[in-house]
Amino acid sequence: MAEVFIKLEEVRKVYHARNEEIVAISDVTLDIEQGEFVSLVGPSGCGKTTLLKILAGLHEHDSGIVEIGGGGSFDPSRDVGMVFQAALLLKWRKIIDNVLLPAEILGLPMAEARDRARDLLAMVGLDGFKNKYPYELSGGMQQRAAIARSLVHDPKLILMDEPFGALDALTRDRMNLELMRIWQESRKTIVFVTHSIQEAIFLGTRVAVLSARPARMADNFQVELDMPRRLEIKTSRKFGEYSQRIYRLLGLE
Amino acid sequence: MTTWLADKGRHYGFIIAVHALVVLIWYLFVEIWDVPAYVMPTPQATLAALSIDYNWLANTRVTAIEIFGGYFIAVFVGVGLALAFSWSKILNSTVMPLVVSLNMIPKVAMGPLFIVWMSYGVIPNIIIAFSICFLPILLTTERGLREIEPDLVDLVRALKASRWQIFTKIQLPGSLPYIFSGMKVAVVLAVAGAIVGEFIASQEGLGYLMLQVQVTLDTAAMFMAVLLITLVGVVLYMLVLGLERFLVISDSRVR
Repeated sequence: MAEVFIKLEEVRKVYHARNEEIVAISDVTLDIEQGEFVSLVGPSGCGKTTLLKILAGLHEHDSGIVEIGGGGSFDPSRDVGMVFQAALLLKWRKIIDNVLLPAEILGLPMAEARDRARDLLAMVGLDGFKNKYPYELSGGMQQRAAIARSLVHDPKLILMDEPFGALDALTRDRMNLELMRIWQESRKTIVFVTHSIQEAIFLGTRVAVLSARPARMADNFQVELDMPRRLEIKTSRKFGEYSQRIYRLLGLE
Repeated sequence: MTTWLADKGRHYGFIIAVHALVVLIWYLFVEIWDVPAYVMPTPQATLAALSIDYNWLANTRVTAIEIFGGYFIAVFVGVGLALAFSWSKILNSTVMPLVVSLNMIPKVAMGPLFIVWMSYGVIPNIIIAFSICFLPILLTTERGLREIEPDLVDLVRALKASRWQIFTKIQLPGSLPYIFSGMKVAVVLAVAGAIVGEFIASQEGLGYLMLQVQVTLDTAAMFMAVLLITLVGVVLYMLVLGLERFLVISDSRVR
């Protein structure tokens, strides 16, 4: 068994709004191993994004333990890449310069970063688009560029917040396959927030189910489906069992 | 390339043509109705006013310095204040209302006070021009900064970007289209501000010159002064347009 890369123990986060306290997440306990693809699934507004922002070092948690990096060193600014629902590309920069943004901010050697950005664009299938502007790309292509950007500084952990939520169903399926391939090639640890139960199971080596607000860990299980996965797997019996298990937890059955 | 040139040629040709048409109408109007020269001089008479030694060049230079000076200070203060407000909620809730009420003070009414405080000259006129034209820049910049996706700021904050990096790489380029719309409105105001300052009290500048020649009913010189003031304003506006084209439109943001 690989060593624990992210350790969350009874993590709790409370927001203070006017006179009320809003408990965004409470008692989230989860261990993630190096190289795992963890899907976080749960109803909307359940605090998944909050959890992601705590992992990114953007929010402080109020109590509990958050440890990232296992035994190795981990610098949250250099070792985290992020992808959001919107591609959030800078409209005034060419695709390659968008991908290079994290490298610029971190002050990495630019010649190397440029080579890497080129390789990454090839990996996400945007080989011929590096000198295009974002408006010239479709939504799915923009999201691929955003994924390349999240990888350019070679982070250990990629955090994805519903990255395919705004795409149409077919593009979304295609992007799921792409992401599966990218994950296998890059061997990064990925935490992937989604509303879609299908997507969570299809992509995840592990699925963590969060309950409605305040988010608690409702379930957390390993997905034992062979890799690399293909879309047909969604119609398999095992896939159906996993789906049912999650539907039941979320009270949708 | 040749079609591009032809397009450009047609574009500028058209601009020149409509201006020439206005001058022609002006000329015909004066000639046909036989308007007295002290009411409205002909275009030729207006141009001839340049030959009288009114220190045209020096006066135009002074007015241009006041307009450009006030304008550039306004751009920096407007953008800077908007940025400060976006960084600090406290600043925004305390200083912004003050800026709004201070802005309601008629600047023209402040003119005599400025002169009491600073005596007259170029500096108080620059300040009047600045105070009249900075608010639209502040407001549009503020708006532009607010339009920037919070997730985008989070993305770079997660990389521990400095405020300066966030400003130069995300906020400033992101709000440029908004800043420019404020800057375009501000040009006219800066021109008005500088001339008002010269009207109230000064010893040089085209506004001052207008008051001088008014006494001798040299309407042609007054016309010329107005034309030169307009020209300075147009030059500033063109510079702003060129800069906008270079910074904003060239990268395909405005489509």
